[in-house]
Amino acid sequence: MEVTVKVNGERWDIDVAPADVLLDVLRERIGVKSPKIGCERGDCGSCTILLDGKTVRSCLVLAVEVDGQEITTVEGISYESLSQLQNLFLSNNAFQCGFCAPAIVLSATELLDNNPNPTRHDVQEALAGNLCRCTGYEPIIEAVLAAARGGAK
Amino acid sequence: MTTTFPFEAETDSDELKTVGTGAVRIDGLDKISGAAEFVDDMDFGPGLLHAAIVESPHAYARIVSIDTTEAENAKGVVRVVTGKDFPYKFGMYMEDRYIFAQDHVRFVGEQVAGVIARSHREAVQAAKLIKVEYEVLEPLLDPKSAVADDADLIHPDLGSYTHVPWFFPKADTNIAHWRKIRKGDTETAFAEADFVLEDTYTVPRYAHCAIEPHVTVSKLDHADRLTVWTASQSPHTQRHLFAEALAPLGFTHKDVRVITPYVGGGFGGKAGVSMEILGAAMATLVKGRPVKLRFTREQEFYNTYQRQGVVAELKIGVMNDGTITAVEHKLYWDAGAYVEYGANVVNAAGLSATGPYRVPNISNDSLCIYTNLPPGGPYRGFGYSEFHFGLESHMDRIAEAIGMDPVEFRRKNAIVEGDELSYGAHMNPSGMIEAIDRVAEAINWGVEEESENPNTVIGKGVACFWKAPAMPPNASSASFLKFNEDGSINITVSGMELGQGYLTVMAQIASEILTVPVEKIRVETPDTDRNPYEWQTVASHVTWSSGLAVEKAAVEARAKIFDVIHQVYGYEDDSLYLENEAVRCTTDPEFVKPLRDFVIDGIQTEEGTWRGGPIIASGKFMPEFTNANSDPETGQGGHPNVHYTVGCTGVVAEIDKDTGRVWVRKAALAVDAGRAINPDLVKGQIVGGLVQGLATVLYEDMRFDEGGKMLNPNFTDYKIPTAFDIPDEVIPIIVEVPQPDGPFGARGVGEHTMIAAAPVIANAVYNALGIRIKSMPVTQEKIAMSYLETRSG
Repeated sequence: MEVTVKVNGERWDIDVAPADVLLDVLRERIGVKSPKIGCERGDCGSCTILLDGKTVRSCLVLAVEVDGQEITTVEGISYESLSQLQNLFLSNNAFQCGFCAPAIVLSATELLDNNPNPTRHDVQEALAGNLCRCTGYEPIIEAVLAAARGGAK
Repeated sequence: MTTTFPFEAETDSDELKTVGTGAVRIDGLDKISGAAEFVDDMDFGPGLLHAAIVESPHAYARIVSIDTTEAENAKGVVRVVTGKDFPYKFGMYMEDRYIFAQDHVRFVGEQVAGVIARSHREAVQAAKLIKVEYEVLEPLLDPKSAVADDADLIHPDLGSYTHVPWFFPKADTNIAHWRKIRKGDTETAFAEADFVLEDTYTVPRYAHCAIEPHVTVSKLDHADRLTVWTASQSPHTQRHLFAEALAPLGFTHKDVRVITPYVGGGFGGKAGVSMEILGAAMATLVKGRPVKLRFTREQEFYNTYQRQGVVAELKIGVMNDGTITAVEHKLYWDAGAYVEYGANVVNAAGLSATGPYRVPNISNDSLCIYTNLPPGGPYRGFGYSEFHFGLESHMDRIAEAIGMDPVEFRRKNAIVEGDELSYGAHMNPSGMIEAIDRVAEAINWGVEEESENPNTVIGKGVACFWKAPAMPPNASSASFLKFNEDGSINITVSGMELGQGYLTVMAQIASEILTVPVEKIRVETPDTDRNPYEWQTVASHVTWSSGLAVEKAAVEARAKIFDVIHQVYGYEDDSLYLENEAVRCTTDPEFVKPLRDFVIDGIQTEEGTWRGGPIIASGKFMPEFTNANSDPETGQGGHPNVHYTVGCTGVVAEIDKDTGRVWVRKAALAVDAGRAINPDLVKGQIVGGLVQGLATVLYEDMRFDEGGKMLNPNFTDYKIPTAFDIPDEVIPIIVEVPQPDGPFGARGVGEHTMIAAAPVIANAVYNALGIRIKSMPVTQEKIAMSYLETRSG
């Protein structure tokens, strides 16, 4: 089946089988590698992408489902320059190994798009679907709250 | 008495410019932009093959037959592999494993056969077609029954296994190693003690849960070169073990190359060799084709290393003034089916099972016991988290029994510089007492807090910790450093950037000595062909050991720079110094020679010839004061550990009396980093490690059925913390009592931050509710049910 999908602003017309998982198609066919394979059952959130602006776990989406939709990953967000949120991830040491970082940036980006003034609880809720084993989350929460304050400490 | 070190590092710099600052991590842009490449992200072209593994459904069985016919004929299959293809043993400290099972399987999930196919899906489908007939045997699933006199032998050939000289296996038993410490006279000390407390604590198994699964791509090229790209903490150790295990196929070390790009979390789980050898071995059968093996999340849980469980029988004697006079600690480790790495966890714990206290009379027995559960192995904390649960629980109980404040009791017995260790060597400089005091202050120790909620109670707890790097006595590190035309620097080392910030810290050390800013220094992840040797990135030792290697390379580069200046301008070397990327001279304030002017092209002399050339340097460090040889019956006579890092953890916890739910309202953790080369990164270790430790006591709970099969190998049923499951506030405290032989005084902190998390919760629960839980995890259920009993009783 042919699906047409925009990935980070670029149009793809791509043949997929009905059982092809979106995460695999993104990684193996389109070459976008920031969504990671962590559990393949929707638990860890490492494969998070923005689908028409909303976060989804791409390991739980079939490629045929995204026909006509638009996908954004951290490569797309970083293309021109890092976002303020990404810069605050850097200055807050809000990642360590970096494996979950692209997905967490997307979850936090979605939160700030919808709720420019989140509470600590709002941030925790928005990130609760993304597992990070390194940081203990605290610096991530601080980076997101700092971004909401416009970068001020 | 003070320990003396033959090598004194450069710790005298009073005006540090880079060391001690929170330099932004040099791998940051890669990781936050999506540029960072992990093994699974690498492209290998259309020739890439995929492997799948056939696993044992039984905890203990004899393999009667394996029929691979149907799988061999399945669509897309290139090759089927069984144990017959690789009858070779391997192991880190003891060679007790085969690449694929030979005649027996010893845990549920053990690899019996493998399929290599053109697609992942085809490999998985074909693996299901392999028929294995087993004669099922009765498994041994707990360490106490495995050491019973009539227990079946899981490894009947134990007596013939090759192992390091500091292991003492007991042939014809299931005891693969028995670390004994006998110091002083415990019998008399217990008899004369004013108070003796004896009890048993149990700690189950745990999983590392790095978010990146183990993955490896291996290729034997047509020139017989084996290259393995792997998500690993241990590139050189892997190369060594691959080369040794596969030596019968004709490999030597130079024919084997291990490349390790960024790794998505390790925590010990990616140390040594586990599944990687399956990929490396399988690739040798399909020359010219790269073979990818990526473990599923389920396999991550049951067929990589697990943290070992332990039954700890602890007896401590004290005098009424609070002086500890004797410790007897018997540790029965559930080490699993293969202990090639895990036996050293057992060893490390046995050497240090007194905890960070001054104890004159010691009897430690740490037994590495084979069971039919997944292989135990290294996990952040390396045995110390496990025995600290009982030890630090015991400390609180003794303090209460003798009417002493738990903080004061710990202060009184805290180990300080020069105190004799269990094996007879002496303690390094230690900020133990400062750590205790600062944690007590941070959590307002001694001030009772009332909850505003009538259903909840607030409790406080403290717990101390210590840990030494556990490694061979001659584990070493090396570095290469080279200048580029613009005065920027490339450094190659073979420590791994696991997320701790290692690359950044190495850049900071070189930056401090050579005055080149961190932003102008690139430090590369390892490729064993090009990067110099590093034993492994484990044991919290690379800041110290690899840091010393980088420090020495930078010092050597500086000497070469001064030598060129001396040759051309005649200034004496000892009058020269570096400042802002230029050479200056104390005897000629006008002299300024920027590094970029000459570190590649050299300097032209007056007569037109040139001096100097590319500035390149190397450094290596190996501890030369360590010695793992000791009396097997007493543990005396050696110097197995390089040094200890100490610290203290405290919490303020709110606990629901009806549901047992624990909220950590405040946590403080002080660790003696010697010198924090990057305080922001040390804080990252404090917060991250503490949360990982709290998870082991509050959330994570590995379950096995009566057949030894793990029941919850996924993140739905094995709960690791989310962003909701963290303390409301963490206060990181960095103590800095310099390590005399550390780079700028630094010592490691990475593992230590999780070690005391479990007992500190147990102590806070007792403080709040008066109930003592002696088995981990301290779940809501256990708290609620125990409290219900105390109320109804």
